[in-house]
Amino acid sequence: MKITIEAGRTESHYWKDLWRYRELFYFLAWRDLLVRYKQTAIGVSWAVLRPMLTMLALTLVFGKLAKLPSDGVPYPILVFAALLPWQFFASSFAEAGNSLISNANMISKVYFPRITIPASSIIVSFVDFLISLVLLALLMLWYGFMPSARILLLPLFTLMLIAASLGGGLWIAALNVKYRDFRYVIPFVVQFGLYVSPVGFSSNVVPESWRFLYSLNPMVGVIDGFRWAILGGDSQLYLPGFMVSLLLVTVVLVSGYAYFRKTEKLFADVI
Amino acid sequence: MTTAIKIEGLSKKYIIGHQRQENYTALRDVMMHKFRSLGQRIRHPLSPNLEVVEQEELWALRNIDLEIGQGERIGIIGRNGAGKSTLLKVLSRITEPTTGRFSMNGRVASLLEVGTGFHPELTGRENIFLNGAILGMNKREIKRKFDEIVEFAETEKFLDTPVKRYSSGMYMRLAFSVAAHLDPEILIVDEVLAVGDVAFQKKCLGRMQQVGSEGRTVLFVSHNMAAIKTLCDRAVLLDQGCVACQGPVEQTIQSYVTTGENPNTCTSWPEPGKAPGNELLRLKKLRVVNALAGEENNEITVETPIRFEIEFWNLKPGLRHISLHLKGISGEIIFASPSPKHQFGTGLVGFSCEIPANYLNSGFFTFMVLVVNDGVPVFTYDMPTFIEVMDVKRVGNWLGEWPGVVRPVFGWEHKFSPDTPVESQ
Repeated sequence: MKITIEAGRTESHYWKDLWRYRELFYFLAWRDLLVRYKQTAIGVSWAVLRPMLTMLALTLVFGKLAKLPSDGVPYPILVFAALLPWQFFASSFAEAGNSLISNANMISKVYFPRITIPASSIIVSFVDFLISLVLLALLMLWYGFMPSARILLLPLFTLMLIAASLGGGLWIAALNVKYRDFRYVIPFVVQFGLYVSPVGFSSNVVPESWRFLYSLNPMVGVIDGFRWAILGGDSQLYLPGFMVSLLLVTVVLVSGYAYFRKTEKLFADVI
Repeated sequence: MTTAIKIEGLSKKYIIGHQRQENYTALRDVMMHKFRSLGQRIRHPLSPNLEVVEQEELWALRNIDLEIGQGERIGIIGRNGAGKSTLLKVLSRITEPTTGRFSMNGRVASLLEVGTGFHPELTGRENIFLNGAILGMNKREIKRKFDEIVEFAETEKFLDTPVKRYSSGMYMRLAFSVAAHLDPEILIVDEVLAVGDVAFQKKCLGRMQQVGSEGRTVLFVSHNMAAIKTLCDRAVLLDQGCVACQGPVEQTIQSYVTTGENPNTCTSWPEPGKAPGNELLRLKKLRVVNALAGEENNEITVETPIRFEIEFWNLKPGLRHISLHLKGISGEIIFASPSPKHQFGTGLVGFSCEIPANYLNSGFFTFMVLVVNDGVPVFTYDMPTFIEVMDVKRVGNWLGEWPGVVRPVFGWEHKFSPDTPVESQ
């Protein structure tokens, strides 16, 4: 095995290296999972409590107090179908964004494709996502709510969700190494995003003339997609808006990857 | 002999911004700068961009050419800041070279630190797997060597204890042990042998020797000349980022040692702004001279007292003292001698002391000075050159090398009674 490194062009091995370091990816994800639940008193129950309590609060505020329409499905299910992708996005965005900084020591002492770190940090959020998925199933059983065949398309929307989270995560992780200001951007995006994304309410409450503009938030498309697949029935997908979201997700992912690749060679120098 | 590593014209530049504590940039500064230069553009659209961010280029490596054969064991030596660690970082692919290229033939493992990625919450067992993966081993390999690693580290009993409960010695032993079981064709090692107690150090050295004798290529950075001599067959001396010389170990070490031009050392920094130091103090002057003679007769011998003087600008008031560390050629500390404490205001502070005659043995020595503020070391200066303590004409006909680092003259006394009969039975 021979490798040649030349200034300014280290690219040629990248994909091969990514494959060679795939085990590191598993190990890092495994570490994050282990560490996450090691010192918490009630361990995995957090993964259950957090979405449930958030769902209850949102249902209470938007469903009971504000009395927003629920498109003919039980309000908790309407909320939970959106909470599923939103919580995944929020936590993986935050985890990925801080992942490089919290692994600074590894970056300055060992070589491996740097993308392994933010990518593996998403796995923890994905496990939570799977747990929430089970919760949703239980919730639907409780309400006697039958999903339609559209639910088979859920994996596609999940891919779109992962793309959005990874794309955003790569951007923020790389920016965070160079400009620590982005530390403060992360909680802001997570908090602000909850209000501007249709999590506690259906995006049908947004006036028709604003729908397209609203879809410029890529998470709108993702969440609408989740609702469309899970709730079935007569919930409709607002297609132009969805396409815009899909396009934006692709742009975020591709540009995030490109920016990450461009800056990663200097991570060890500036971190 | 086939080539394992070939380095051609390798350079690495760092940009050092001034008056920044950390490496990362604050977005605010970047925006301010852009904004200002934009303002200037608008006001004087035709003038060249005058606003220059105050930054300095530092070439940590300049035009390095090296060829290392398969199975060679190379020691890289040089003073602090000569570029040794940067060279290893570039070769380990942690950072990209600015110009030039290098190629490596074979599986590479680099060890710039032991225990990289160890997580305090995880158990010893879990950390072995994690650290192994970080160092580039796969799961099967780690499983196969697991028992060996544990045995080498002597931590069987604590395998399922989180490493945060380990003693520092145990932690280091486990960390080194994982690293010691890497199985690469090219091994890059930076100063990691100084871990654990003496017995464990011996074990590590043994392990390194074994690795080297198995026909692997080893690149080894150390300040420990004894370790370099034992482990390597060739050495490369780096000086200010360039290859100053290379060749057989003994020869290279000799030229490393003798690059300190003058046995007496007097360094002064006329401008506080450019002197080594920090926000508390700036060095002004350091002198190590023969205490008896003037500047002209500066030879230091085992029979001359050595005078040490330091002056620094004290920029903030505080309870200060200095500690003088004398180091041997391998970097081992021979003694540490603290001065008494004093409360100083801002201004020029001087300390001096004398190492008595008939105290040090002949050989090369260097100093390290610590400035301590209220019990906390706030500044360390490693003298970049060695002083040579010369031997004197011996009485008697034995001319061999005098053993030991010190050559004290004690008040020997003797007794003799010629008239006492030798006791017989």
